[in-house]
Amino acid sequence: MLTVLVADDTSTDRMILESLVRQLGYITVPASNGLEAIAFYQQYQPDIVLMDVLMPEMDGLEAARSIKKLAGENFVPILFLTSLSDTESLVACLDAGGDDFIPKPYNKPILQAKINAFGRMRELQTTLLQQRDQIRLNNNTLLQEQAVAKKVFDNVAGKGCLDDPNIRFHLSSQAIFNGDVLVAAHRPNGNLMLLLGDFTGHGLPAAIGSMPLATAFYGMVSKGFSLQDILREINHKLKTLLPPGIFCCASLLEVDYQVQQVKVWNGGLPSGVLYRGVSGEVELLSSQSLPLGIMGNDRLNSQCRYFDISATDRIYLWTDGIHEARSFDGEMFGEARLLEVFRHGSDVKANQIFDRILEAVHEHVGSDVFDDDLSLVEISLASPPEPTDDQDVGARGDQGLIEWSMSFEIKPPTFLHFDPLPLLMTVISDVPGLRGKSAQVYTVLAELYSNALEHGLLQLDSSLKNDAEGFAEYYRLRKRRLEQLTEGFIRFTLAHSVNGDEGVLRLTLEDSGEGFDHHNKLRETGEKDFSGRGIALVTTLCASLTYEGNGNIVKAVFTWKD
Amino acid sequence: MAISSEMTPNGAMLKIEVSGRFDFSSHHDFRKTYEELDSKPESFLVDMKNATYLDSSALGMLLLLRDYAGGDESNIEITNCSPDIRKILTISNFEQLFAIN
Repeated sequence: MLTVLVADDTSTDRMILESLVRQLGYITVPASNGLEAIAFYQQYQPDIVLMDVLMPEMDGLEAARSIKKLAGENFVPILFLTSLSDTESLVACLDAGGDDFIPKPYNKPILQAKINAFGRMRELQTTLLQQRDQIRLNNNTLLQEQAVAKKVFDNVAGKGCLDDPNIRFHLSSQAIFNGDVLVAAHRPNGNLMLLLGDFTGHGLPAAIGSMPLATAFYGMVSKGFSLQDILREINHKLKTLLPPGIFCCASLLEVDYQVQQVKVWNGGLPSGVLYRGVSGEVELLSSQSLPLGIMGNDRLNSQCRYFDISATDRIYLWTDGIHEARSFDGEMFGEARLLEVFRHGSDVKANQIFDRILEAVHEHVGSDVFDDDLSLVEISLASPPEPTDDQDVGARGDQGLIEWSMSFEIKPPTFLHFDPLPLLMTVISDVPGLRGKSAQVYTVLAELYSNALEHGLLQLDSSLKNDAEGFAEYYRLRKRRLEQLTEGFIRFTLAHSVNGDEGVLRLTLEDSGEGFDHHNKLRETGEKDFSGRGIALVTTLCASLTYEGNGNIVKAVFTWKD
Repeated sequence: MAISSEMTPNGAMLKIEVSGRFDFSSHHDFRKTYEELDSKPESFLVDMKNATYLDSSALGMLLLLRDYAGGDESNIEITNCSPDIRKILTISNFEQLFAIN
């Protein structure tokens, strides 16, 4: 029910007015001058004020000004009661904050209709204010929730190697969480793996999808899973967890510093760029697959492209925020302008491209209204970062796995879909002291396993891998022969012991293949040629490496000291 | 942005026309075109003749329509795409999911 303040110094006038208002079903509060009107306004918080202009103590105009001031953003209609009709007086009433006039003597129907009309306005405005406050509250809550989600995500995402000196990135600051995700980590063999993703939408739905992506990525990269395995796992997770309509455009790449090759997969992101430092040429890393999280793994094209790289090459990835950055008149930045930055090969030094791209976008958009929604990553392929031993190397001692051996054999069709290395690395990482050497142990295991599988069981010729084209061909053959493989085995035997401050890990791999003439090959050409670069590396890491049987058994001894 | 739709007289195909920017602001209108139908049509035609731009949330909306229309069994054609729109659909390899021409 509305409360109406009636301020008039003539008591009869006031009583008549009060009775008219009460007939409408409203409550009245009488005041006999301006000062009282202000006091009662504060005390009773009326919805509407009826105010005589001429009153003792304080007149209506001054009281109106004070009440409007006290009301602040609340709308309190003030209707002046007046017998005056000259323009100047009426204007003064409105200037003082009045909203309308009620002429004396009172016309009952008009008076009541006006009070009702202002009552409706007052209610409307009250509702608006309440809704505005509710929206403001909801928005603050939403922002707080997003900030919490972002914090959790940063904790998950931040444990990677994004601070490597060869990675530079710029991530949007537009929203708290704009749906762009960047994660990077080293595989146990030292290869760099990096994923740039762009979820549909902004805010919480995007943040929610980023969590399983980042946890799967970091969990799997550190255990040595392959790029394809990681892709499939993330795709499966997102497809299962996210509703249809939310998905992730992404590019995933692996840099192999030893072989000087990069492996790239792109599903739905705009083409990235492989910049050739020597020639200044540009190769596009275009999308060849559906984005992640749309279809099941049976429909995911996980095929990658391989590129030979040299130390002066750089890779650039971005999300569509760069392409879609709009100038003042709505024109998008677009791919052409982006690629133009790379064409100024002679003017722009390679290490300035990253900054030049950002500058070009800023120039296009106009610096004063730059609401930045873009993500940009640069990976320079110069040299592998210094290997950092795990910080949490357990104190060497008598805790955990010390004296042990295990044997593990796999047979078809397990080779096709199962990578035994992550499983073995889980055991290795439980050995105190050896945990810090897991990168070396992984390299040894990985090289010996791929030799046993690819040369022993599948009889592949490693000389195919001498160029990028042959490399792809090699892996096509590998896949086909794996699918056709129906018999054979590879047996791992691992034995670990500690003697004083020295630990010894003995690795034996036996495969059911034909082997090779290891006596002659070793004599004639040295070990480098018969199984490629990998074995040379293994030899440097191990105390000894010997072949037995028909060359189908290889024994490596890996020693370590504190 | 404007979304309009029209059902063929026999109720077999729903034609959805998108004009202007096709982005998150069209979300509600786009879904309304098919969610409020009495019966599900056999096929859908999304006409992009007057669409100027399409963002990733629009791709999401197309996926929602595909899901509604029966997923792998759906019959959805996207037609009259401008080169820019065509490019966005191609980057995401949506021709694997929709008939685009």
